Amino acid sequence: MARAATRLTRFNMTSLALGLAFLYLPIVILMIYSFNASRLVTVWGGWSLRWYHEFFNDRAMLEAAWMSLSVAAVSATLATLLGTLAAVGLARGERFGGRALFSGMLYSPLVMPEVISGLSLLLLFVALNAERGFWTVTIAHTTLTMCFVTVVVQSRLSALDSSLEEAAMDLGCDPVRAFLMVTLPLIVPAIVAGWMLAFTLSLDDVVIASFTTGPGSATLPIRIYSEVRLGVKPEINAICTLVIALIAVIIVIASFASKLSNARGESAAPL
Amino acid sequence: MSARRIFARPARLAAIAPYLWMVLFFLVPFGFVLKISLSQTAIAQPPYTPVFDFSEGRAALAAAFAQLSFDNFRLLLQDNLYILSYLRSLVVAVTSTLILLLIGYPIAYGMARLPQRWQAVAMMLVIVPFWTSFLIRIYAWINILQHDGLLNQVLLTLHIVSAPVVWLSTDSAMYLGIVYSYLPFMILPLYATLSKMDSSLLEAAGDLGASPRQAFWLVTFPLSLPGVGAGALLCFIPVVGEFVIPDLLAGSNSLMIGQTLWLEFFTNKDWPVASAAAVALLLLLVPPLVLYDRLQRRQLDAGR
Repeated sequence: MARAATRLTRFNMTSLALGLAFLYLPIVILMIYSFNASRLVTVWGGWSLRWYHEFFNDRAMLEAAWMSLSVAAVSATLATLLGTLAAVGLARGERFGGRALFSGMLYSPLVMPEVISGLSLLLLFVALNAERGFWTVTIAHTTLTMCFVTVVVQSRLSALDSSLEEAAMDLGCDPVRAFLMVTLPLIVPAIVAGWMLAFTLSLDDVVIASFTTGPGSATLPIRIYSEVRLGVKPEINAICTLVIALIAVIIVIASFASKLSNARGESAAPL
Repeated sequence: MSARRIFARPARLAAIAPYLWMVLFFLVPFGFVLKISLSQTAIAQPPYTPVFDFSEGRAALAAAFAQLSFDNFRLLLQDNLYILSYLRSLVVAVTSTLILLLIGYPIAYGMARLPQRWQAVAMMLVIVPFWTSFLIRIYAWINILQHDGLLNQVLLTLHIVSAPVVWLSTDSAMYLGIVYSYLPFMILPLYATLSKMDSSLLEAAGDLGASPRQAFWLVTFPLSLPGVGAGALLCFIPVVGEFVIPDLLAGSNSLMIGQTLWLEFFTNKDWPVASAAAVALLLLLVPPLVLYDRLQRRQLDAGR
């Protein structure tokens, strides 16, 4: 009788199944249509790689893809470096002046509407007279994604037992050595997961990139976005499928990293 | 304890670089938004009159203050377009947050009741779409919803409708897109509180004669309110300023504030008005942002 209250009901199962179907079905349909031989998106003309072929011959799209990948790689690396340092400061720095401001600055970009972040960064770049292009987009993406890295690494650090560091210092390590030899190896999985998250977020962004990029250096999402506004094009289906495949590989690596993290500690990062 | 304190110093030093970065690229830019929202529109490059010129010293600063113009904000208050787009943003954000709660709660609840091993799998399945590109997910829906898209084809084949239904460029399509994109943001905080709940509380309620339904409304739901709050804020705040989803899926007859800002900036090249719109949007978001920050910090402290 008492167990009835916590049992998995049919209602629970149905809502879960419907919810997951809702999340995945549109993506699966998109991927299937990317192999459609017909130009009409709605008519099935048999399996074909025609649209992938088209993409690999589309110079402008390829350039945009290259720009996006390099922005994502550089900004994710910078963001991981800065975000990890910020996480160490927040998780181990105890009290310091401006701590509330610091954590506020790091948490608000997680939910801040992108139009505001994009516009404000653009105005800064204009005021600094910076030439807009690769570096301005990279800086903008670093600022946004380092906050996500901080959250991931900080929650890992908070779950870690700090007595390990204390023991290392009791045994004669200085704090920097204790961090490098004891703490860092334990948080590497969270750092890897943070980098992956930063990379995919950068690869995905349209709004901030539109504000901060200059003429002639469009990222892949900006190009996709302007094509999509004109209507559905089979080539876009193929590009989207390739991006999804890339992200799937990244997720597999990240989940492997977090499994490693689970094996070494008790709780994993929330993302 | 003492070792811990020794460790705190270099940890604080580590925070200096990210601190400076965030001040320069997050805080200072807001100053520029504020400044330009108070300047006059000009046909120039960049298209606004300079307000301060720090090189000219204090007297110039005082003169500049006298020149500050609230015209842009006055425009926002007088022009119906802006007021309507603010109201629309609020209505859309509140409505979609409620829909998300209604759909997300049963899913999170189902997840929390799965056997332990399956919970991790279900959580992974909910997170993965969050990683896949947001733009691509919206595009996937355009594929389905367009005039001769899959949805209309299915409905026509099943004889549910006799002519293709217009789905794109409607509010329903926009709500669908928002719910689809933000569902993981709602599910994850709900799941986090629901899975931590002590099941013996429910057993106790059952032993005391409560039906499962009563137990849910008297025990589970009140205890899950922190998750409800976190999920609602995590969805509400970004949806208020949403641009891409309404731009691609909703009709163009009524705009959300994010779209108005975009239009002023990119189409009308009116940077001061766009900045004023950003400041006004930000003011609207300060209370929920503060609330969210407080919830976040409480959760981190509780997790320690």
